[in-house]
Amino acid sequence: MNDMKKYLSETVRAIAPSGIRKFFDIVAKMDDVISLGVGEPDFVTPWHIREAALYSLEKGYTMYTSNQGLPELREEIARFKEKKTGLRYSPEKEVLVTIGVSEAVDLAFRALLAPGDEVLIPEPSYVSYAPGTVLASGKAVPVPTYDGDQYKLKAENLEACVTGKSKILVLAYPSNPTGAIMTKSDLEALLPIIIKNDLLVLSDEIYGELTYYEEPHVSIAALPGMKERTIMLDGFSKAYAMTGWRIGYVCAHADFIGAMNKIHQYTIMCAPIMGQKAAVEALRNGDKEMRNMVENYDYRRKLMLNGFRSIGLSCFEPQGAFYCFPDISVSGMNSEEFCQLLLEEKRVAAVPGNVFGVSGEGFARCCYAASVADIEEAIDRMGSFLRLHSREAI
Amino acid sequence: MENELRILHLLEHDAKISAQSIAVMLGLEEEIVLKTIEKLEQEKVILGYGTIINWDRYGENGVTAMIDVKITPEREVGFNDIAKRICRFPEVKSVSLMSGTYDLSIVIAGNDLREVARFISHKLSALDRVQSTTTHFILKSYKQEGFIFEEPYEDKRLVVSP
Repeated sequence: MNDMKKYLSETVRAIAPSGIRKFFDIVAKMDDVISLGVGEPDFVTPWHIREAALYSLEKGYTMYTSNQGLPELREEIARFKEKKTGLRYSPEKEVLVTIGVSEAVDLAFRALLAPGDEVLIPEPSYVSYAPGTVLASGKAVPVPTYDGDQYKLKAENLEACVTGKSKILVLAYPSNPTGAIMTKSDLEALLPIIIKNDLLVLSDEIYGELTYYEEPHVSIAALPGMKERTIMLDGFSKAYAMTGWRIGYVCAHADFIGAMNKIHQYTIMCAPIMGQKAAVEALRNGDKEMRNMVENYDYRRKLMLNGFRSIGLSCFEPQGAFYCFPDISVSGMNSEEFCQLLLEEKRVAAVPGNVFGVSGEGFARCCYAASVADIEEAIDRMGSFLRLHSREAI
Repeated sequence: MENELRILHLLEHDAKISAQSIAVMLGLEEEIVLKTIEKLEQEKVILGYGTIINWDRYGENGVTAMIDVKITPEREVGFNDIAKRICRFPEVKSVSLMSGTYDLSIVIAGNDLREVARFISHKLSALDRVQSTTTHFILKSYKQEGFIFEEPYEDKRLVVSP
């Protein structure tokens, strides 16, 4: 077979294959695995939402929508965001419905970046911001965050990475993979740097509703002077257990939405109408079930955190999303060795922390969107694994 | 009070969950959870810990009937005394007072049709104040106590995803 790689674009060739993908290929071949490696809810989309989508199909809603998305969905989104942030986004000009937040990230980078522009990405980070930056000919600049700071982005660490070319700061809190959150005061501490350096903020708030802290999720857009600078991304995947529907959205200044919509209309046309109809139902009537799911995650969050600590894994208390990010260095292994051996010997899948960036090395992402029985069994198995392998044992 | 409610919701969904797990999940001391459950048991808020069984799947061929019963109420006691009396029959699985065209709704389980029919004619209808009964046999159960019978939860997610 001829090697056709020489035809590939330099840019794409330069992007490293996804570490998650590699790990998935190993896990997928095994049986009896308890997986803490997933990145999505263990709930099925609430029935009333699925039913609304079925009804829309029955009624013949199978056509395109406007590029920006169904007007009634944009209105619901604007209402929802006003309730949460106090900010009023115009459904006509400042809201765009996308194919999940993933598309929105891509649109934002492509609409805003010129070659060489730098994007500041706090790490450990969800896997798509850096490649997304590179594909839009920007330069990804990782900003380290630390276990000792509960993985919050600290002003001094941010400032150390800012250059004259810095253009966008990505804020994705609550965080996948760490479960870290940024409170109002944590965000306020960043404002002087953001304003002084004229940065835009790409705020990915997909896990916003999944916050277990005493103060509900705060969007940086709601802080003084930040609405115009912030491209706020959100969607339905996590809070409403709608990952497969692929519906996300952007709220931002009309100029940004106009530019993003320009790319969106030529590449995507519009998000699928069934998903948009389902999303309308989620925003209108989904609050109660969503609250129940969040409460349920919170129970399991405490169970997993307590479990890790009881078997000697140190872990900061995550206040958002549905992940714990324990420090596995007690095993004397690096993240990949730890996860690979744990999988082989104990049939427990966790994601090596280093796939989320260098500062994730020495950690593993464990998702607690799993049944109570599975979480308890996984912790038992990890406990016996550590008794065999921890440095003290040797 | 809020903790009691949370404990009840957790137990309602899974009676086998340990006090230790409940304690961790709710951020309480295990001792407090144990005491709260004991209190709820003593107060008869928690009446017992049963199991939801799909008997059809097991191959057990019993029959279950729902019976609408009309009752002549009695001064001072209304329906309570006769309802309590009906409750004592072990064949009777549940008894509820209903609004609408009849008074009590009773669920009865037996080994076969004849056994249930016999109970109705000999025991239930024979009670003094029972005016009439209408019996509906259950042909198939689809969902009970929140559990869907023929659609067990299956995790269809990818085992690892970003």
